[in-house]
Amino acid sequence: MPTKSQQEIDRFARDLKPDVYQSVYGGTKATTEKRYEVLFRDYPDPDLLRQTAGQIKQHTLENLDKYLPQAEAALKANGAQVHFASDGDAANRMILEIMKANGCKSMVKSKSMVSEETGLGHYLEDNGMKCLETDLGEFIIQIDNDHPSHIVKPVAHKNRRDIAKSFEREGLGDYNDDPETITRRARKFLRGKYFEADVGLTGANFVSAESGRLTIVTNEGNARFCMAATPIHIAIVGIEKLVPHDRDLALFTALIGRSGTGQHLTSYTQFIGGPKREGQPDGPEQMHVIFVDNKRTEVLASQCSEILRCIRCGACLNVCPVYRQASGHAYRSVYPGPVGAVLSPLLAGSRFPELADLPKASSLCGACNEVCPVNIPIPDLLLRLRDKAKTEHAEKAMKGTPPMGMFGLLASQPHAWRAAMTMGAAMNLTPDAIINIVPPAAAWNSCRQLPKWRGGKFRNWMKSRSKN
Amino acid sequence: MATCLCDAFFDDVAKATVQVLEYLGVEVEFPADQTCCGQPAFNAGDWKASRKVVRHVVDAFKGEDPVVIPSGSCAAMLFHGALLEFEKEDDLPEVQQLANRSWELLDYIVNGLGVTEWPGSFPHKVSFHRSCHLRGTCSGPAALQLMESIDGLEIATFGEAEQCCGFGGAFSVSHPNVSGKMGQLKIENILAADPEYLVAADMGCLLHLGGIVDKGGKNLPRFHVAQVLRDALISANLLPAD
Repeated sequence: MPTKSQQEIDRFARDLKPDVYQSVYGGTKATTEKRYEVLFRDYPDPDLLRQTAGQIKQHTLENLDKYLPQAEAALKANGAQVHFASDGDAANRMILEIMKANGCKSMVKSKSMVSEETGLGHYLEDNGMKCLETDLGEFIIQIDNDHPSHIVKPVAHKNRRDIAKSFEREGLGDYNDDPETITRRARKFLRGKYFEADVGLTGANFVSAESGRLTIVTNEGNARFCMAATPIHIAIVGIEKLVPHDRDLALFTALIGRSGTGQHLTSYTQFIGGPKREGQPDGPEQMHVIFVDNKRTEVLASQCSEILRCIRCGACLNVCPVYRQASGHAYRSVYPGPVGAVLSPLLAGSRFPELADLPKASSLCGACNEVCPVNIPIPDLLLRLRDKAKTEHAEKAMKGTPPMGMFGLLASQPHAWRAAMTMGAAMNLTPDAIINIVPPAAAWNSCRQLPKWRGGKFRNWMKSRSKN
Repeated sequence: MATCLCDAFFDDVAKATVQVLEYLGVEVEFPADQTCCGQPAFNAGDWKASRKVVRHVVDAFKGEDPVVIPSGSCAAMLFHGALLEFEKEDDLPEVQQLANRSWELLDYIVNGLGVTEWPGSFPHKVSFHRSCHLRGTCSGPAALQLMESIDGLEIATFGEAEQCCGFGGAFSVSHPNVSGKMGQLKIENILAADPEYLVAADMGCLLHLGGIVDKGGKNLPRFHVAQVLRDALISANLLPAD
């Protein structure tokens, strides 16, 4: 039954449409099961892999000052141009300038979460450039003027009927909700666009500091088309995407597909060594790599640096019981789910109070940590951010949480505590109508009943035994 | 440590814990000054209030003896949570000393005392909800190992067993809709397995799931694993029924 709530994520879950819930719940549950099956069938001890991958990432983060210049040098040696953007606006401006300097008018882009952070698509459109999403999910988001609700599956909140309607509206054919037909129509529409575009933009899942090689994984091959058909390739990359060596990629490519979608390997895995070289028949003439900070160095210096290990596989979203109930848009940010509940408030910088409620939307069940391919202790980080919110008086975080000052006093004074234990019995005689005047009690009683108060009984039993 | 939920609601769980430990030859002391582990404030984000409570716990449980707790989450508060909130505090060593000798009850029985089989019978079909704070610890397998060795006890597995019950401390009242829906889902899955008892190793889960069952007018008796172990001892006349 619907219950009053002071927390936005909770209200969002309460008011979620049943078909959105079905799409999110069904999709995440199926993917979680596939992940488990594939990982445990392929490896005797997947936990060891997760721990190793986590250590490699943490090591890289702690030595970014060494690996970032190394990657820059390697990329330059490969013929790429390297840029550093301190924030999202700077990254957007750089991309626009590259386009303008080369007389470009249109971009095809593959999926990139950091470009969601910077709001690149809208920025380019506002500045007279065309920008077309080529990942099927992102394409649907773009034609619907919607926002992604999942890191890997941006349209996790939609079903095929919603998508069929959108395609019909956009003139991509008569209503047809057969997934294969939808995909074929998108494919047909997008194919021509790659050749019309002047710039292809991708993200990168990993960047090897050793060789400057970018690793880009997709399931649709669209990133490959973005790079193959256009004369300029721009890769927008968060600075946390580095790994020290090429050999590390064996571990990470093995984990990312299995963790994210339950695949042994994503359908397409590209290792990009640079722009077209002499003697090569095709490929982009120019390659630009834009490393984006956008508060990452601040996160690195915070008590939550482990969150930067994230490889954006989405496994924590899929397994999270709160995400399953609330869906991604409840998180009001680019990164939803458990990883988003940590990362989004941190990336918000001085706007932390606006998202300080996100870390509260967790039962701290630990499932996210259990599935994380880089072993991020997400519950610990959520707890640290709860403490930060309380210390900084972020009101949004405190709403609906019973104040704990009194509890702290009571639970550190044994005499008062014992008295309270005995007096609590009065609750048994108090009608719910009166108890519910206290908001937390009303929230509890909305769907649960408290058992009878039995305070003091165990202590009496212990005492009676010691007398005998 | 009896825990605050046993102190207030689940006295029989604390009692069963004492009886089970005494059967195993453990001398049980109950420091009367004990209150709560500090977890409610820790989870609510009020670490200042929580540290105050943890300092009291450190004081109430001074010494070298193991501190045994019939709750995965209270135990985890002492051996993990408290260390997080004391990271920058001068008295971290005292908290660490307590953490090092804090045990969840079933972990203590199986891995501390080396007891892997349990006598007596409990001729019932039970569903075991592996509480989240047992995730990744030795306690979940320990609980199952002991229960599976009891005569007549049948474990009824149920769907989505890995899922959280939705309690989460303050989360249960700050996010009542999500928490309630998670609990409903858990109860539906458990009822589909048609057990006679729902068994768990954490009073938080039992409070929450029990509350949903009772509110919905359904019939599903709840037990802590300690109560199952105690009843099995009584069945074998190893403990007097009182």
